[in-house]
Order: sequence, then structure tokens, then C-alpha cells
Amino acid sequence: MNRWDVLVEVSPRAEIADPAGATIERALAALGFAGVSGVRVGKAIRMEVTAADVSEACSVTEQMCDRLLANPVIEDARIELRAAAQDHSR
Amino acid sequence: MSVPLSVTVGVVQFPGTNCDLDTIDALADLGARTALLRSDETSLSGVDAVVIPGGFAHGDYLRTGAIARFSPIMDAVASFAGAGGPVVGICNGFQVLTEAGLLPGALRPNAGLAFRCQPQRLIMVSVSHVLGHGLSPSDELSIPINHFEGNYVCDRGTLQRLRENGQVVMRYVANPNGSVDDIAGICNGAGNVVGLMPHPERATTDLLGSADGRKLLEALLYAAASTRQAVGHYAA
Repeated sequence: MNRWDVLVEVSPRAEIADPAGATIERALAALGFAGVSGVRVGKAIRMEVTAADVSEACSVTEQMCDRLLANPVIEDARIELRAAAQDHSR
Repeated sequence: MSVPLSVTVGVVQFPGTNCDLDTIDALADLGARTALLRSDETSLSGVDAVVIPGGFAHGDYLRTGAIARFSPIMDAVASFAGAGGPVVGICNGFQVLTEAGLLPGALRPNAGLAFRCQPQRLIMVSVSHVLGHGLSPSDELSIPINHFEGNYVCDRGTLQRLRENGQVVMRYVANPNGSVDDIAGICNGAGNVVGLMPHPERATTDLLGSADGRKLLEALLYAAASTRQAVGHYAA
């Protein structure tokens, strides 16, 4: 078994209004950051997943997204996997 | 309207639910028997209707209702709803029902990120559901809202189906949260599952500013009594 560092990025789907993103976009403009658009606010969920190989790690994470981490009616999920760094502390 | 005293309404309590006792008081005041159903129970104990009340089930962590939908009690609620039993989700309960897939769509944070806690004027749209008895389309009600995530969203096709099938239960007179089509409440295709953002249990006497919530709760008790007569006791 191997360990993967997994990042799941959940964000509101493109057609869904994102009031937090809109508020931040206005605040950035008010601070003088011109040329900022398309601000979207989502969630980053990090975890360690132990699995036999990368495809199993990926498929189990997809199942987590489908069942709990994202609501497909309003959200998209993006998965990033990285082989966990060796632990040299022991 | 006289309410059959034999009707028992189960009120679901998740960790973080906070409108359960208000709901029980309001229903008891109308002559119903009530049962508090803990979310880790697996049976509805033979109740005639279920209310999922407002609050912050499981802290609203991840998304409102996202964790609550996996509570053991929700399997029993889904079976009960599937058998035609009346199920009403109020505010957080509405959010739980959409997450559980018992109602279409989802509730997003309010437009402008404003928490809304105010009396709200509402227009009844459809009355072909378990909160409709005794009411007519275009009846106006005043019932408080109290939410941050009441901004109802669904895809275009779903919205069209809701409109065509009479599944829009009520609309806001002045939209407080950005909800699509001013929707304040919807029902499933059969009309036995209703979700609404306003809190009828908080509008039960003129002392509270409105007694309009009683009309909806009385309709629920009527539906509970008549559904039981029609199909007998549910296997809970």
C-alpha cells in the first residue's frame, strides 16, 4: 500500500452565482487592483489516502466527491494527487 | 379547523438542530401528538408525519445538510416519503431534504451574503401538497425567515418541471435572498414532501406578529390524518 497527498478543490459551478466571490471581487477593485475578474470562492480539502496504486487512490477520492465532498447540483470538484513524501523523522 | 387528536408528528433532532422544541410546541398547541426523533434512531416509531426542523444540523459543516443526510434516521424518512408519508423540511430541514435528494435543487448562500431574519410576505402558488389544505393559490401569508443559505438554485430544466407540475409551493413577495423565480418553498412530484425556508412554527399567534404559520401546520395535520386513513399505518 502507498500513501498519497490528496487535494480536493470544490468550487461553485460556472453558472451558479457566487456571492462570496463577487464580494471579494468588489473589495479588490475598491483596493485598486484593477483588471481582476472571475473571482470564485470554493473549499480546499486536504487528506492522506492509502491505496494500492494511483488509480485506486483516484477512484476512491472520486467516490468521496460524489457521495459527500461536493454537491453536483451546485459544485464541481477537482482532484490533485501527489505521492506522499517519505517520512524521514523516524 | 378541528384536528384529529390521534395524529402524531415526528420531529427530527440532529446534533445542532435548534427549532425542534418550537416546532413541537406549535404542533402540540394545534392538538397534535408529537415525538422527538433523534437522528441516530433507525425507526420513525409509527408517526403519521415527519418534520425536519430548522437549525444547524452537524454544524452545517461542508454544506448545509451534507452530513445530516447520512444520519440513520434519514433512511427511515426516505422510506416513509417513498410510501407517501407527509414530510416537511423547514429552513435547515429544507436544506437536508435537497441534500438527501428527496427534493430537487440546492440552497446557496443568500445574495449579497446577508443573513436574513425578518417577517416575510409570501404568496401561495400551489396547494396540491401536504401544506395546502385550507389554502388557495395567491393567498398571502406573513411568516418569518431566518437564514443565511436560502438562495434556492436548480438547473433550467428542473425549474421548468417545478413550474409545470405545480411544485412551486410559495414565492417571496420581495425576494430576500436571490432565490431563483422568488421560490420560498417547493414540493416533490407527489406533493407529500415539502421544503420551505420560512418558519411556520414562529408564526402561531398574533402576539408573535402573525398567526399565518398555523394555517400551514394545520394543513400538515390534515394531510397526516387523511394519508393515514388512505394507506393505513406505515411500516416504520
